[in-house]
Amino acid sequence: MRHIISILLENESGALSRVAGLFSARAYNIESLSVAPTDDPSLSRMTIVTTGTDEIIEQINKQLNKLVDVVKLIDMTGDVHIERELMLIKVHASDGERDEVKRLVDIFHGRIIDVTDTTYTIEITGKGDKLDAFVQALSSIAIHEVVRSGLIGISRGEKGLI
Amino acid sequence: MELTGADIVIQSLKSEGVEYVFGYPGGAVLHIYDAFFKQDDVKHILVRHEQGATHAADGYARSTGKPGVVLVTSGPGATNAVTGVATAYMDSIPMIVITGQVPKSLIGNDAFQEVDSVGITRPIVKHNFLIKDVKDIASTFKKAFYVATTGRPGPVVIDIPKDITAEKHEFSYPAEIKMRSYNPTVKGHIGQIKRAAELILSAERPMIYTGGGVILGNASEQLTTFTRKLGYPITNTLMGLGAYPADDKQFVGMLGMHGTYEANMGMHQCDVLIAIGARFDDRVTGNLEKFCPDARIIHIDVDPASISKNVKVDIPIVGEVSQVLDDFNRVLGDMSKNDGSPALDKWWAQIDEWRSQDCLKYDRDSELIKPQYVIEQLHEVTKGDAFVTSDVGQHQMWAAQYYGFNKPRRWINSGGLGTMGFGLPAALGVQLAHPDAQVACITGEASFQMCLQELSTAKQYRLPVKILCLNNQYMGMVRQWQEFFYEKRYAMSYVEALPDFCALAESYGHVGIQIEKPSDVRGAIEEAFARKDDAVFLNFMTDKSENVYPMIPAGAGLNEMILV
Ligand SMILES: Cc1ncc(C[n+]2csc(CCOP(=O)(O)OP(=O)(O)O)c2C)c(N)n1
Repeated sequence: MRHIISILLENESGALSRVAGLFSARAYNIESLSVAPTDDPSLSRMTIVTTGTDEIIEQINKQLNKLVDVVKLIDMTGDVHIERELMLIKVHASDGERDEVKRLVDIFHGRIIDVTDTTYTIEITGKGDKLDAFVQALSSIAIHEVVRSGLIGISRGEKGLI
Repeated sequence: MELTGADIVIQSLKSEGVEYVFGYPGGAVLHIYDAFFKQDDVKHILVRHEQGATHAADGYARSTGKPGVVLVTSGPGATNAVTGVATAYMDSIPMIVITGQVPKSLIGNDAFQEVDSVGITRPIVKHNFLIKDVKDIASTFKKAFYVATTGRPGPVVIDIPKDITAEKHEFSYPAEIKMRSYNPTVKGHIGQIKRAAELILSAERPMIYTGGGVILGNASEQLTTFTRKLGYPITNTLMGLGAYPADDKQFVGMLGMHGTYEANMGMHQCDVLIAIGARFDDRVTGNLEKFCPDARIIHIDVDPASISKNVKVDIPIVGEVSQVLDDFNRVLGDMSKNDGSPALDKWWAQIDEWRSQDCLKYDRDSELIKPQYVIEQLHEVTKGDAFVTSDVGQHQMWAAQYYGFNKPRRWINSGGLGTMGFGLPAALGVQLAHPDAQVACITGEASFQMCLQELSTAKQYRLPVKILCLNNQYMGMVRQWQEFFYEKRYAMSYVEALPDFCALAESYGHVGIQIEKPSDVRGAIEEAFARKDDAVFLNFMTDKSENVYPMIPAGAGLNEMILV
């Protein structure tokens, strides 16, 4: 099953490679990983999306916890939480296509953030499947580039990582 | 007072009470060596290869419980140390490995003798540090020792760029350290302990299975009380030997691939398994699908990640083994006892029946020297009280099976990584820590040649270790597998062109004794140990075709042993 693990870790050089190295050394899957410092610059927050059996997920959580740089982690999968991913997508948009692309962007609540004679660059956020659906919807349009941030997540309500 | 970074390194080691540093110099650590030269508080032991430094520090650590300390230069110094770091990691041995690094300004430039030591060692350390500022040296050492020695112990590497060791800074060693990201659990959950105690007392066919964690956690006394109180059979893993006295009748021997019949059958048929400081290694469990089919399992370990990793357990208890066993002993003290119960009597009768198979029997009338006999004689001559290190192979298994360890920290071997070359340098570390003790290194002619350069270290520091080489002229364990599983195609397991080991030992100023007849075995061992000041190499020409029994073939269950 797919799990979202949210980790608070020391913002030290090498901390990221400890996490990444753990996944490769123990042959765990990573679907996506995103990381950046938090409001406290000495801490980073990382979100990992992974898949595995219950036993493997239990081991992943324990092995991550065992890393000396890891301050805290939660597996958000079972809790009510919000997940988001950001996608930047550059598409071909010449005269005949512009209206169609604009319409799709509006439907998906995206924004066009850069325009040239032949391209639109679109920003869109949401759950992964929404982003997938948007890419699908653009099927008649030539896509130049897609950049996705990987998923980030946060628990609803009082619950959290701090 | 302002000190150089190099002096801060030494003062930090002194503050940690370090007696010995095992090391080898080179460019990146010359400032630190210069600082060594100017003081006598922390002694430096010069080895002949950095691998030897790590194993010597490891032997020191295993035999004392204190962390072993290693100092090596950058580049090849660090890479040579890697095998020893991994060896310590696999067996959870507390160790501090200081690696020199090229100056900060050159890091990343492919400078002379530059390797990414932190990167290379990352998967084989408990933690590692690259120090980037002279002001961080003292606090990093404090953290390193704290991490290495608490929780589940392990090696910690500290990489120090050369320029930092020349810079100056005020020295003050932190009295305490708190790390928000590292807080190992000490006390076990008392509710879980009570639940487990009930299960333990309800057992009809109990088995206590303990590993290296009991030794690392200094919990042998608590374990002995616990086991005697219950009257249950106990088996130890290869790493756990000595945690419970081998000569006690409740001890059923080692378990696992070369474990005793009674231990493995007892495991297979038990209804309650009490696992303590053990990690269900594949060499212990055999085929997981066939492992302890009827048992409910209690697992006590300081490392939560060890629990339910290979085998799903019913009652996990995370905490330091000594504390948890203290709690158990208290809780059990209040509960009704199980001994004298008919079920337990029946269980012991079954175990005694398995025991009567005498699975460790061997041909005592052979004209050839039987390796098992050598180990038994070593036990007798040393009254079972020696520190015994070993290398890896058949001789290691025979040492484990036949020596009979009655005390913890006496049996010193590379169980997890299985590192040939471990035995001699480890013995040197043990002898330094225990100058008056009897120290024996049991080795094979193949393993011995992997770190034999340390004979020179033994000479320099006059370390009178006794090396018992069970010379079967084969990589015996490899040959055994080839005999059993490759239709006797002995590919590359015969060690041609062996040296004259006695002459070799003598060339280093040690004593060499060649033994070719069973009747000479005892006298030779006695002579060796009578030579209190000499290192002695005993070259026993043993039966080439002897195999280690019992044996569980790969993929089989614990009840599917090959007996003699
Ligand atoms: C560094 C290393 N290389 C290879 C092996 C694989 N190996 C395990 S046992 C063994 C043979 C050891 O032979 P010897 O030291 O003569 O001991 P014996 O088995 O004959 O007692 C080998 C090659 C190992 N454990 N370690």
